[in-house]
Amino acid sequence: MTITYREALRMGLREALAGDPRVFLMGEDVGRYGGTYAVSKGLLEEFGPERVRDTPLSELAFVGAGIGAALGGMKPVVEVMTVNFSLLPLDQIVNTAAILRHMSGGQFGVPVVIRMATGAGRQLAAQHSHSFEGWYAHVPGLRIVAPATIDDAHGMLGAALASPDPVLVFEYPALFDMAGDLAAASVDISRAAVRRPGTRATIVAYGACVPKALAAAETLAGEGINAEVVDLRVLRPLDMGTVLASVRKTRRAVVVDEGWRSGSLSAEISARLMEEAFYDLDAPVARVCREEVPVPYPKHLEEAALPQAAKIVAAAKGLFQ
Amino acid sequence: MIEFRLPSLGADMDEGKLLEWKVKPGDALRKGDVVAVVDTTKAAVEVETWQEGVVEALLVEPGTTIPVGTVMARFLAPGEKPGAAPLTEPARPAPLPAAAAPAPPVAPVPAAVPPPAGERRPVSPAARRRARELGIDPDRLPGTGPHGAVTIDDVERAAASPAKGPAPAPDRAAEMRKAIAAAMSRSKREIPHYYLAEPIPMRRAQAWLAELNATRPITGRILMAAVQLRAVALALRGFPELNGTWQEGAYRPSADVNTGVAISLRQGGLVAPGIRGVQGLAIDELMARLADLVKRARAGTLRSSEFSDPTITVTNLGDTGVESTYPVIYPPQVAIVGFGRVAQRPWVEDGAVVAAPVVVATLAADHRVGDGHRGAAFLAELSRRLQHPEEP
Repeated sequence: MTITYREALRMGLREALAGDPRVFLMGEDVGRYGGTYAVSKGLLEEFGPERVRDTPLSELAFVGAGIGAALGGMKPVVEVMTVNFSLLPLDQIVNTAAILRHMSGGQFGVPVVIRMATGAGRQLAAQHSHSFEGWYAHVPGLRIVAPATIDDAHGMLGAALASPDPVLVFEYPALFDMAGDLAAASVDISRAAVRRPGTRATIVAYGACVPKALAAAETLAGEGINAEVVDLRVLRPLDMGTVLASVRKTRRAVVVDEGWRSGSLSAEISARLMEEAFYDLDAPVARVCREEVPVPYPKHLEEAALPQAAKIVAAAKGLFQ
Repeated sequence: MIEFRLPSLGADMDEGKLLEWKVKPGDALRKGDVVAVVDTTKAAVEVETWQEGVVEALLVEPGTTIPVGTVMARFLAPGEKPGAAPLTEPARPAPLPAAAAPAPPVAPVPAAVPPPAGERRPVSPAARRRARELGIDPDRLPGTGPHGAVTIDDVERAAASPAKGPAPAPDRAAEMRKAIAAAMSRSKREIPHYYLAEPIPMRRAQAWLAELNATRPITGRILMAAVQLRAVALALRGFPELNGTWQEGAYRPSADVNTGVAISLRQGGLVAPGIRGVQGLAIDELMARLADLVKRARAGTLRSSEFSDPTITVTNLGDTGVESTYPVIYPPQVAIVGFGRVAQRPWVEDGAVVAAPVVVATLAADHRVGDGHRGAAFLAELSRRLQHPEEP
């Protein structure tokens, strides 16, 4: 069955709402408007206003309400429209959801799922183009997932709802119109995945950069470099086993990160490769990241500021020359 | 037009590797200027010019191994204009003197020469580990990776085709051992040695030296070795048959006493570079030259002339504790003087046995050139000289 990434997300939501009466969706414009990105379109009509709830424009309040509902035994799915607005409920996410199990001596878990759109590439300018997945991946107590395929867009929500602890699902508007076959009924949220096998270099990517990495690998194959593409999928806790197995085979790595380079997730991956695979490396780890500027509005400048397949190709070739 | 050729830096040398030019075209040269550094089996040697001129062209690339006699550079003689003389380009190796085999072709050393000291060749961690598994030295492989780094592919390529791989690093100690073996075998094969020994009382020399050193700082003190070198040079005045070289079946005495000093190297092996004109050097100058020579021999920065023209060698094994030494002549020289340690021994003085410092001096000399009778007279003169160290 061929569907889009958006339809896969909606299918995951519908299955979650239908499968468990404790599950409900809340967020700005998720009901009557059908979601800013039309992910929840039709769900209000199907599941009613108690299960699909529009909220006031106060992320701090409704994320806090979601955490309270989770403590009270519900399975809330809170949509923060985009990661850019998640800075407002940051205290609830980091200081409450992530830490309450610890602070209560294990008495209280917070099984909340917080969905948010992330990333740039749609000419939404600097304030609406952030990629803060790496920030959240810094925090113990959170599980961070980044669906980059149809199967993951569909299946990661169900897996997240099964978690006894908070899970942040980062969705990529840049991929919403991507179409593909839905192949798996369910997915795990613990492992990275090899999206393309290769032998000469490993391209590590996540989210919207995974298709760019695959395109780069295609180009590289034409130039005699058979590159493996690893989709991180889970940004915390990192599945370094898969990454290390790949790099130990290929001996070269390019880490692609839509976030800024300094203090980024790519920096963490690179550091761990150095710590755990130094003697397997045949070249220094290369990185392709967002340029360290606010994302520009003009299309050509925005493209120049973000990781692109051509930059990944150049970085991979640099491992050999 | 002056052709600057690779000199033979010892009887055992028939080729050398140019390590470095010390001059560039346009440089004005005086006699004794160091022109290049050449690696021989024994050491890296600074090669000097004995002609004045201006460097016109350098004909050999550093890293190239060339036979002795190869024209390495062209100089313009003083007053000469560029292009005035026919050029002999490219550098052709001159025939090896008295060599049985034809001159080997001048082949540039592959790009995989080790970088100069202090420069580190990048080797990827994976390549380094793989090289260790395969028993390959990755620092000597050509690198094809980023910034010329040696990659795991480079290592595996080298392992797969060892025949085509770069030459293994020359083992300096083994090369030196081979060179010593060749020179000493030639000596014992060709030179009919005779040996003489003479114990020499050293009280007067020690007293003279102690007085000389009494007012000096430690760094300015004279060593007994220098006193002995000077005594040998002065004693040779009356014995030209011991100071010279045997070449092509004939003996050539030398007016100057160029004394080769056997210096053992810390990493093993020995060299015997020379000090020129020892007979004319005051004791302070001789001591300074000796200290400088030992230092540079151990640092590996000897000059070509120091290897090529010694006319006699002195070996002193006193500090190892032996009483006397029976040395082997270093061809083409015809004599070598040995000293053991200066030790307290029973000595008859004015009809009584006393304890006195004594050194045993030995002479090994070439019987083709002279006879034991003259050798004995030389040792007697050496003994007299050491008992009158103040004599000019």
